[in-house]
Amino acid sequence: MTDDLERLRAALKTAPPAADASRKAADISAAMAAFDQETENPLQGSPAEPRPSNSRPMMGRLIDGGISMIHALTSRAGLAATTGLVTAGLAVLIVLPQDIGFGPNPDDAFPETRNESADMTVATVASDAPVERDLAEAVEPMLELASPSPAAPLVRQAARAKMAPAAGVALDSMALSDAPMAFGRAPQAELATEEFANDEAAGVTAVTDQPVSTFSVDVDTASWSVLRSSLMNGYLPPSDAIRIEEMVNYFPYAYPAPKPGGDPFEPTVNLSQTPWNPNTQILHIALQGEMPAVQDRPPLNLVFLIDTSGSMQDANKLPLLKQSLRLMLGELRPEDEVAMVAYAGSAGLVLEPTPAGEASKILAALDRLEAGGSTAGQEGLEQAYAIAADMAGEGELSRILLATDGDFNVGIHDPDALEDFIAAKRETGAYLSVLGFGRGNLDDATMQALAQAGNGQAAHIDTIAEAQKVLVDQLTGQLFPIAQDVKVQVEFNPAVVAEYRLIGYETRALRREDFANDKVDAGEIGAGHQVTALYEVTPVGSPAVLNEPLRYQPGAGTREASDELGFLRLRYKAPGESESHLIETAIPAGVSEASVETRFASAIAGFGQLLRGSVYTGEWNYADAIALANSARGEDAFGYRAEAVRLMRLAETLAAPR
Amino acid sequence: MTTDDEALARAAASGDRDAFAALVNRHYDRLFAFAFRLTGAHAEAEDLTQDICVALPAKLKSFRAEARFTTWLYRVAVNAAHDRRRRAATHARAADGWGDWETARRAADAETQQAVGWLEQAMDRLKPELRDTAVLILAEELTQAEAASVLGLSEGTIAWRMSEVKKALRAIAEEEQ
Repeated sequence: MTDDLERLRAALKTAPPAADASRKAADISAAMAAFDQETENPLQGSPAEPRPSNSRPMMGRLIDGGISMIHALTSRAGLAATTGLVTAGLAVLIVLPQDIGFGPNPDDAFPETRNESADMTVATVASDAPVERDLAEAVEPMLELASPSPAAPLVRQAARAKMAPAAGVALDSMALSDAPMAFGRAPQAELATEEFANDEAAGVTAVTDQPVSTFSVDVDTASWSVLRSSLMNGYLPPSDAIRIEEMVNYFPYAYPAPKPGGDPFEPTVNLSQTPWNPNTQILHIALQGEMPAVQDRPPLNLVFLIDTSGSMQDANKLPLLKQSLRLMLGELRPEDEVAMVAYAGSAGLVLEPTPAGEASKILAALDRLEAGGSTAGQEGLEQAYAIAADMAGEGELSRILLATDGDFNVGIHDPDALEDFIAAKRETGAYLSVLGFGRGNLDDATMQALAQAGNGQAAHIDTIAEAQKVLVDQLTGQLFPIAQDVKVQVEFNPAVVAEYRLIGYETRALRREDFANDKVDAGEIGAGHQVTALYEVTPVGSPAVLNEPLRYQPGAGTREASDELGFLRLRYKAPGESESHLIETAIPAGVSEASVETRFASAIAGFGQLLRGSVYTGEWNYADAIALANSARGEDAFGYRAEAVRLMRLAETLAAPR
Repeated sequence: MTTDDEALARAAASGDRDAFAALVNRHYDRLFAFAFRLTGAHAEAEDLTQDICVALPAKLKSFRAEARFTTWLYRVAVNAAHDRRRRAATHARAADGWGDWETARRAADAETQQAVGWLEQAMDRLKPELRDTAVLILAEELTQAEAASVLGLSEGTIAWRMSEVKKALRAIAEEEQ
């Protein structure tokens, strides 16, 4: 092992050829010229600064600035009048880094050459090397900009033309519209830097075409928090940000607990009237995970992988993250171990594995975290997995908690490659959960992919109250899996059901044959977690049937009536095992009164469909959703349902035509 | 008698032309060798060295007396190399050398050629950040603490990177057998 390093050392030592004498002379004279320049005109050089620590593309930060200016304006007239101005300013500045040719990251070792006047170029032109082309290219557009206003409109036009298409369209349309900005939809520029994972909403499927519906469970809650932060900021969330299953699963429900000694979770099904369509029914499938005695839980190894890139410095990012982790430390036991890895321009081990009992040491490391540097997610990730492997012991659980604002694209550029990497690491037994922070930069799509591939959950933390929910109240569920690769399959009885539609779970759909294939990954259920899935089903003979019967297929009348609506199959693996277990139960066809829990889940699912602009909700509107949710508040010890009603009311106001 | 680097650097920062000339002359060869080890290509190394020379006068103002001049110079060089890589990547040029290293072709005897070929293969296999770390620790013989200071990382990360370098080399050795 050491021999390899020695070999590399020897080879590296002898590798460099001698420096070329004429190059050396030329370089030294160029250096001297630069030195004279620097000492003669000290005012021209920008004061030597520490390496600029941004990493967030300049564009993003400028847009943020522009957005906050827009937010700060309250009067509509003022908004209309100034949006154009703001946009023009943005358009000029944004594109500069690309024009200069310094690449997407303007973080440069030579800030002074960029800010220098033309004299600086003279200094370099004196020698002949390819680099001077770079510098000349760099300085040219700067000069153009530095010249007074006549050139500005041109630059602006050029800048516009070169802008990334999405941002360009968003900004242009803001500038051009005379009408006051639509308050309802999101400020588009902000969203131009956000990416959300979603698929087309599932349509209605005819049971005769495809009697089997298969999906993976999902206990993520990120979508609800994103929706809340949008609404609280006064705009409707983009429809791709809405994943209905995550909205529904955000809330705790009173489901029957599994019997001790049996399967780790208990399925409950019931059928009731659909709130938004009198001719269809809601099939409510509920899974309740067992809650193992908390004191029996195995020791836990936690590796915090913390994004400290420049974009994390906002109050609702790194500072909120620090507060959140402080809250969480109180929930850990002395025998648990915590390690911390920061990733940014400098990936590094910030805190060696430390017993949770040494709280002061952990808190001190937490306090030392500062935002700055560019995001290189992968190296940090590799290091975190390596540390998790070192910490692992017999009977202990290891989990990596990745906290980021989603600017996660410098390490591996290809999200698929990142996913493959994590999927490979998943085999080592360490789980990966993702905590998202802040808005404006949110690469929700990548975060979802990471958590799904890493056998973990994704949560979005927008307030300290949300941190409390995720990291304190529901910590056990977050950290202790009771079942892995949980898949749900429903086979509908064509004699009873004509059509069905799964509400949400678009990103979690599985192929029918993948259900029994244990190699196919699916979602995890943590201790005490609940999973809710809703189908809207259309009974045979209902006027709500959308698909015309087929001529050559056996019609519904040819089948015998049955008291079974369908058959529910669940597969899961015990944590760490590779063989799955099967749970089966028939779904009775009888329609019952909707329970409180079904009503609330339906209200949230309906709310999600309204936000997505679904066609299936018909005349049903926000007021109906609010009434339904209000009728189903239940015990609501934590006030989550009350908050949901508040947000629905907010959405109603924002969505109202004006 | 020789004045120490730090004194020269302070003098140069306050405008002493001779001190600056002495400093650049003294460190040019070492700087070029370092640039070569980072890039693995002659032309790239020359360009990088030139970049650094030209930027040095302005950079010197940020030189703090408490740091060693060589450590500081390594940091400037590493940052400049990163910037070149980044720019190269955006210009869609060959991004990080060491893949098409021409020295192998120039090497005189077969044995050297083989050694150089191995180095080229090894460096090509390492990711840029591991390469930088390996060069600082092995060829420039910095301590882990010094390398950590140059790269702005913790010592633990340097140790971890070196273990990654070892791993990669072992993998190459296994393939050779």
